[in-house]
Amino acid sequence: MSSDLSDLYQEVVLEHSKRPRNYRVVEGHNREAAGHNPLCGDQLSVTLKVEGDVIRDIGFQGQGCAISKASASLMTGAVKDKTRAEAEALFERVHKLVTEGPEGVDVDALGKLAVLSGVSEFPARVKCASLAWHTLRAALEGRGEAVSTE
Amino acid sequence: MSGFDVQKVRADFPILRQEVRGRPLVYLDSAATSQKPQAVIDSIVRFYQHDNANVHRGVHVLSERATEAYEGARETVRRFINARDAKEIIFVRGTTEAINLVAQTYGRKHLGPGNEVLITHIEHHANIVPWRMLCEQTGAVLKVIPVDERGELKLDAVDALMTERTRILAVTHVSNALGTVVPVKELTRRAHAKGIPVLVDGAQAVTHFPVDVQDLGCDFYAFSGHKMFGPTGIGVLYGRLERLEPLPPYQGGGDMILSVTMEKVTYNRVPHRFEAGTPDLAGAVGLAAAIEYLEALGMANVAAHDQELLAYATKALESVPGLRIVGTAREKSAVLSFLLEDIHPHDVGTILDREGICIRTGHHCAQPVMQYFKVPATSRASLALYNTTEDVDALVRGLHKVLEVFK
Repeated sequence: MSSDLSDLYQEVVLEHSKRPRNYRVVEGHNREAAGHNPLCGDQLSVTLKVEGDVIRDIGFQGQGCAISKASASLMTGAVKDKTRAEAEALFERVHKLVTEGPEGVDVDALGKLAVLSGVSEFPARVKCASLAWHTLRAALEGRGEAVSTE
Repeated sequence: MSGFDVQKVRADFPILRQEVRGRPLVYLDSAATSQKPQAVIDSIVRFYQHDNANVHRGVHVLSERATEAYEGARETVRRFINARDAKEIIFVRGTTEAINLVAQTYGRKHLGPGNEVLITHIEHHANIVPWRMLCEQTGAVLKVIPVDERGELKLDAVDALMTERTRILAVTHVSNALGTVVPVKELTRRAHAKGIPVLVDGAQAVTHFPVDVQDLGCDFYAFSGHKMFGPTGIGVLYGRLERLEPLPPYQGGGDMILSVTMEKVTYNRVPHRFEAGTPDLAGAVGLAAAIEYLEALGMANVAAHDQELLAYATKALESVPGLRIVGTAREKSAVLSFLLEDIHPHDVGTILDREGICIRTGHHCAQPVMQYFKVPATSRASLALYNTTEDVDALVRGLHKVLEVFK
């Protein structure tokens, strides 16, 4: 496999895409949003239980490519028990990572999400990696309507 | 293959002579847009270098030449699809505009509340949305001929769907997502028996086999230049003269009028009535060059190559473990939509791209087809006259690589 391909489809990415974590509707959720990538037809929904300013629980469901599923799965693990501001800051870092690459990004602060760094070599796949995050942001902002990557 | 040397054909297409990502380019996305032979590229350059001027107005030599080239292209198109009269050929931007033109002229004139437009479940969005818009504008209702699991239309459902309320049947000749060849001649016969006019979307047909609009008998036939080795920005609406003559204009502007005062406008005759503004002159010239290129190869030879390649590719893809072809119509054009295990088509496309192989992934602007087959997307390899069995072999090797990544 060429090196940029193996950077994109890292073990962790493949594993999360096959066995996504928190693939469920959160019981008693008080926030939700749907996301859609009209270019490829990917759709996912995010449900949250927010207490005060803290994300106490998060789940997602939907269909998509390995990148979008893995990104969503990793996201749910990363933002649990985080405040809204912390989740937003994480999205900013992830977005910079998948669009510009790891340089200038505090990769340590990203934890497992760092495996998404390979996406930056594949501009056509940036939207796959960011769909879940846009949907999370819409849910946090209380926008019930579907968000679109377009 | 008799009379058809694919290596010689390939040499006519300069874009194919390149490496991408360190590998020879394998272009399997001709249903999205085809590549252009040198003859087409040269014809456009020559037009701009020698003949460019506006048409139908100048008294000078360049305008005469440009008009001759543009109207000559119209005659070339007429010959290619065997229309009776060059006046039946309207130049438009592409298939999409051709269908919108019919919807907004014929449709606006003849449809009202309670009337029906009949389409099929395997249409491209270009042959759905203009009719959906027309229905919203007029209060007419959209009816749909169903499809079966092979991707063929359920022809036994057709007669009941053609009613005294049906004002037009709009049907694709070849499905862009499945490759299904639709028996449009038979459908036209049945529609005409009930007095229903027929529009055929020929975007995926004219590039693969000979099309004779008089033999088909349809009232309108739409296609694009860019899918048949010509330039983008030019396409054709064929309409039978007796259908076109009574229609109101589509867009207003120059060239589509005979006289204009502040009180009254007299519209031009067919086909100019439907060609407002300066048309894509170089595009028409390029399209004519593409047609001449196809005629020199012989459309029967092109069709034979298409079918041989389809048979080879079908067998080759079926040998890939976990691969399922979507669209297995008995009569098919060289379009292969497929699913590979539960790997998302976008991942398939990305990995193939790194091997220098271009395919299309997604819904192919045919979301109702995806909905019928209950998949969000497919991968699609579409073959053209410059493709070889080696291209298919490269695809199969690439798919094994995809399986390796996801094992």
